[in-house]
Amino acid sequence: MLLIRCPYCDMARPELEFRYGGQAHVARPADPATLDDAAWGEFLYVRSNPRGVAAERWRHAAGCGRFFNCLRDTVSDRILATYPAGAPAPDPAAPASGSGR
Amino acid sequence: MRFSFLNVARQALAGNSGWPEQWRSAEPKAAYDAIIIGAGGHGLATAYYLAKEHGLTNIAVLEKGWLGGGNTGRNTTIIRSNYLWEESEAIYEHAVKLWEGLSRELNYNVMYSARGVMMLAHNQHDVHSLKRHIHANRLAGIDNEWLTPAEANAFCQILETSEAIRYPIVGAALQRRGGTARHDAVAWGYARGASARGVDIIQNCEVTAIRRDAGGAVSGVETTRGAIATKKIGVVAAGHTSVVMAMADVRMPLESYPLQALVSEPVKPLMPCVVMSNTIHAYMSQSDKGELVIGAGTDSYTSYSQTGGLHIATHTLEAICELFPMVRRLRMLRNWGGIVDVTPDRSPIIGRTPVAGLFVNCGWGTGGFKATPGSGHVFAHTLATGEPHPIAAPFSLDRFRTGRLIDEAAAAAVAH
Repeated sequence: MLLIRCPYCDMARPELEFRYGGQAHVARPADPATLDDAAWGEFLYVRSNPRGVAAERWRHAAGCGRFFNCLRDTVSDRILATYPAGAPAPDPAAPASGSGR
Repeated sequence: MRFSFLNVARQALAGNSGWPEQWRSAEPKAAYDAIIIGAGGHGLATAYYLAKEHGLTNIAVLEKGWLGGGNTGRNTTIIRSNYLWEESEAIYEHAVKLWEGLSRELNYNVMYSARGVMMLAHNQHDVHSLKRHIHANRLAGIDNEWLTPAEANAFCQILETSEAIRYPIVGAALQRRGGTARHDAVAWGYARGASARGVDIIQNCEVTAIRRDAGGAVSGVETTRGAIATKKIGVVAAGHTSVVMAMADVRMPLESYPLQALVSEPVKPLMPCVVMSNTIHAYMSQSDKGELVIGAGTDSYTSYSQTGGLHIATHTLEAICELFPMVRRLRMLRNWGGIVDVTPDRSPIIGRTPVAGLFVNCGWGTGGFKATPGSGHVFAHTLATGEPHPIAAPFSLDRFRTGRLIDEAAAAAVAH
């Protein structure tokens, strides 16, 4: 089980308190009506699914209830950083701001 | 050497010292007509049918680890075709029909056992959903029948069908032709059949890059054992498909999740069938060795770690102990995880890609084993002719652009 630090509550809590929200930083197109089918399909369905550092959304469902983002190594499952929604992804090589396994 | 009564008797008298290797351990050649990336069940089946039905024998199957060491060796071996949509019914039923004759076809005992797959209903929604599946299946000529709790108990006597459990069983759907097979034997049987027809199976050979020519078409691969030229590549890499496809700059509608399974200590035969409950998420069967084979759910997050959280397995065992009270004191021998590639509609992707010469067979998610022969059969046709097999055509990568999804996720409302 992951131990995830919620950046709002500033506490490391067990994964059971959280809901996974998929890939982070997928921005909804500003004007969907101008997109062709390929671009809309890309937005809806295509994901990076990286083997390595992934930026992903989590929601502290049993805590503050808020969405935040997380950098996690998908090979070791080690969490490298958590940061508030809307903030840019930190450099994964920088010292970790979110503890956890 | 064929497996026959005469050869088995002859080898028994000779101390079983004369059996040859089941397949050749090949060295990579400089070029092939086609390369398949991934020597799991699906990849090996593809190679076998390419050689047998399409006469394409100058081909190689590249495997970064060992043959059948990925999800082929990590699944719970359940076979069934009771899917909701016509496209799914067609491909999974195609597979079940091939399973029925597979041991004879391969001259290799894959231990296919049509022992029945029973799916439990615990509430009104389950009853509606399973009966809808039953009617859809019967219209498609696929066997599936409704059982009362008493009939379910008669079919699987260790099942707790009283009102005393937290989510009492209110009925069940039974596909009698569903069952199990021996997962390793499937990979070995296809490898043996393909190798005998001239296919090179190259293990410990990881693809590190896909080469493209000036026009953008595939021209070869680079591997940990050197470069190999080819004009046709079939990617059958399961959980690592996104990684391999990225080498050709193709982004996929896939996410890779850990899926766990576990087995108990072996006990005498106590369970004659497969029982699945999607609602409380547990499924179980008994292997011929006597171990109870139990499947858990996926973790909530994507990962390539081949391990999952212990709370996922615990959750499944709690449900198992409710459904089968007599197994409560059994110890679990092993648990493990595999990485499954899941599509947005929980249906596979089989066919062409935007890159000329590059084909993909992926997205089988949590239920790919049952499809192994059918998947290989239709993908071989697609690779050989360049045109999708009629059964595979609806499962194109392009459906995520057109919106013609085959939504088994909404149909079942659970992983399956």
